Amino acid sequence: MNKLVVSSSPHIHTAASTQRIMLDVLIALVPTAVAGTVIFGLRALLVILTCVATSVLAEFLFNLILKKGETISDLSAAVTGLILALNLRADAPIWQCIVGSVFAIVVVKCLFGGLGCNFANPAATARVFMLICFTGTLSGGMAPVITSSPELTSGATPLAVLKAGGELPSMLDMLLGLKGGAIGEVCGAAVIVGFIYLVIRKVIHFETPLIFVGTVFVLSLIVDNSFTVATYQVLSGGLIFAAVFMATDYVTTPITRTGKMIFAFGCGLITFLIRAFGSYPEGVSFAILLMNILSPYIEKWTAKRPLGGNAK
Amino acid sequence: MPRFMLGRTHVPHRKNTAEAPAQRMPAPEQVVILTSQHIGAPATPIVKAGDTVYVGTKIGEASGYVSSPIHSSVSGKVKKIEPHLLSNGRSCMAIIIESDGQMTPDPEIKAPTVENIDDLVSAVRESGLVGLGGAGFPTAVKLDAEKKGLIDQIVINGAECEPYITSDTLTMIAKADKVKAGVEILEKFISAKNIAIGIEANKPECIAKLTEIFADDDKVTVIPLPSTYPQGAEKILIHNTVGRVVPEGKLPADVGCLVMNVTSVAFLAEYLETGMPLVEKCVTVDGSAIKNPMNVICPIGTSIEKLIEFTGGFKSEPGKILYGGPMMGISVYTTEEPIMKNNNAIVAFNKKDAKLPPSRNCIHCGRCVAACPMGLNPTLFARAMKVEDSRERVARLNEAKLMLCMECGCCSFVCPSVRPLVETNRLAKAELRAAQAKK
Repeated sequence: MNKLVVSSSPHIHTAASTQRIMLDVLIALVPTAVAGTVIFGLRALLVILTCVATSVLAEFLFNLILKKGETISDLSAAVTGLILALNLRADAPIWQCIVGSVFAIVVVKCLFGGLGCNFANPAATARVFMLICFTGTLSGGMAPVITSSPELTSGATPLAVLKAGGELPSMLDMLLGLKGGAIGEVCGAAVIVGFIYLVIRKVIHFETPLIFVGTVFVLSLIVDNSFTVATYQVLSGGLIFAAVFMATDYVTTPITRTGKMIFAFGCGLITFLIRAFGSYPEGVSFAILLMNILSPYIEKWTAKRPLGGNAK
Repeated sequence: MPRFMLGRTHVPHRKNTAEAPAQRMPAPEQVVILTSQHIGAPATPIVKAGDTVYVGTKIGEASGYVSSPIHSSVSGKVKKIEPHLLSNGRSCMAIIIESDGQMTPDPEIKAPTVENIDDLVSAVRESGLVGLGGAGFPTAVKLDAEKKGLIDQIVINGAECEPYITSDTLTMIAKADKVKAGVEILEKFISAKNIAIGIEANKPECIAKLTEIFADDDKVTVIPLPSTYPQGAEKILIHNTVGRVVPEGKLPADVGCLVMNVTSVAFLAEYLETGMPLVEKCVTVDGSAIKNPMNVICPIGTSIEKLIEFTGGFKSEPGKILYGGPMMGISVYTTEEPIMKNNNAIVAFNKKDAKLPPSRNCIHCGRCVAACPMGLNPTLFARAMKVEDSRERVARLNEAKLMLCMECGCCSFVCPSVRPLVETNRLAKAELRAAQAKK
């Protein structure tokens, strides 16, 4: 008689895989990456390729040197690299892109045990790290290569304009991304396409990005008392991009659905506070990072009561 | 009816064998009857090598309150009695009987006289009936709760939520009259006010048939359940049919429920009619390695090998063979293992399907938390098991309510990283039991 496999049940498995989920995220990021390249030119593509390649290579080498199993095929390193790149200016110095990617993968992710073990979002943390270290070259945004208003050449981000005063791009330009900013954050329309794809593929729940963005919108509406300002707030900076692609990261957000909602609300609140009262014009990455720290507690508070479970 | 239905994992149905009627297989040359085919104490053999037995002759006596007698499933001679290693790693005695091929029923068998609940409990005990849905809990013990006046609701399980398995489906179609007769017996002796029959919506013909035959019975309601897994799990079934919640560490009887599998109910009627104990089972034989998937009525104790041979053998080399369905089934190490009372399927996978994809790191996606019908967080058990200190480990496992896990397999099934979550829970439970025993 031939040898039979003996193993624990269940003996069948759903078609879903970690690799497929990561691939879906990459696919969802494509419209944003393409829009960024069109708006800012091929320099943006160079930043994207540098970050993705460095991230994957960094994880590969880390595993090789520490004699750990290969993990780059789960595609999560590529996702981190791409999200980081889309958070950077299209004219970011290449060496800084490399430093940031290595920081995201090695320090934030691999040193904590690799995929699933990090407590902070690698791309958000690396962005904050780079913003602090390389303030001169990374803050603000590059002016778009294509633009509908020739006088808008400064590249000042709408958020900075909102804070300092000056002429704002039109609402349509805001949505399409014809404004200053990071590669991935300018074109809200492309991000929304990715959002719809991820919801259809059931990779993310629709409510996390909506609550995050909605909180900023409502708070701005209350405080600024202007529908126009609130709309600019939503379409400015990395808000929509971060709400869709960074606040929905599985690893660093609560595991429960209610927990994810609280997480999203907290991100919106902190983002608004930083934008309204802080010295930085942009607060999304900080907000996500701060909420990452609270995640385990939110998860505990929102734990489901088991069926028939006694109260403790 | 509850506000919402629990157990919403979409597993494949693969009910390939629901259409054709079950085929009866001829007596095998020998049968291996295990003394432990149920939850509780193993039966004590009461025959010795060389004894002549008939179909239905009692060969093992129940050895406790939670226990069950066993009966010969063929006529012939007892060859030997020897220890047998079970697929769960434990061992029990096995009575090996050589068949004379005649299948002569025991001449002493006659229908029992049942006039009250005491008679019913002792008759059911003698019949060797155990929960035929898979768990194998002695039915007499369940019925005994009636004597304590606990039961006000009967729930009949026709969910059959495991992929492939259709033996209960065939019972509901081919033996609907027996199901009705069984329900009437329960109505007569159990003081329950209502009887709910839960059937998954993927079996519309069963729902239609039972709704029709119980049309004139006001006590009986046929409840269609969602075609998602695990509708047939006892606690989930009770919740989804009658909206009651069995508390931690309690039994269905504690919330007034008597739960019986639909095939067990049909058997009850047959037994009171003929007095022939539980000696044969309708078993679904299916899976990617099986040439002709079908339902087979075979004597208990038939080897898996002979059973599969009867259906026409393997289509390709088997890589894994299961007692039961793929979600909760136990993999066997050899095809010489016998069919037991609580088996309702043998699923054989080919080499390709025998292995799951390799496991990756947990990505904390929460799919297991969303899938768990009991509302548990499987990641907590996995994390607790990594704690070095054993007391801390036990405390964390208890805090996360490990013992509520029924090992239905939903968490492992949906995990995109193919984490061995159920396996981890089994190991963790063994640790908790050991810690409990030490106290």
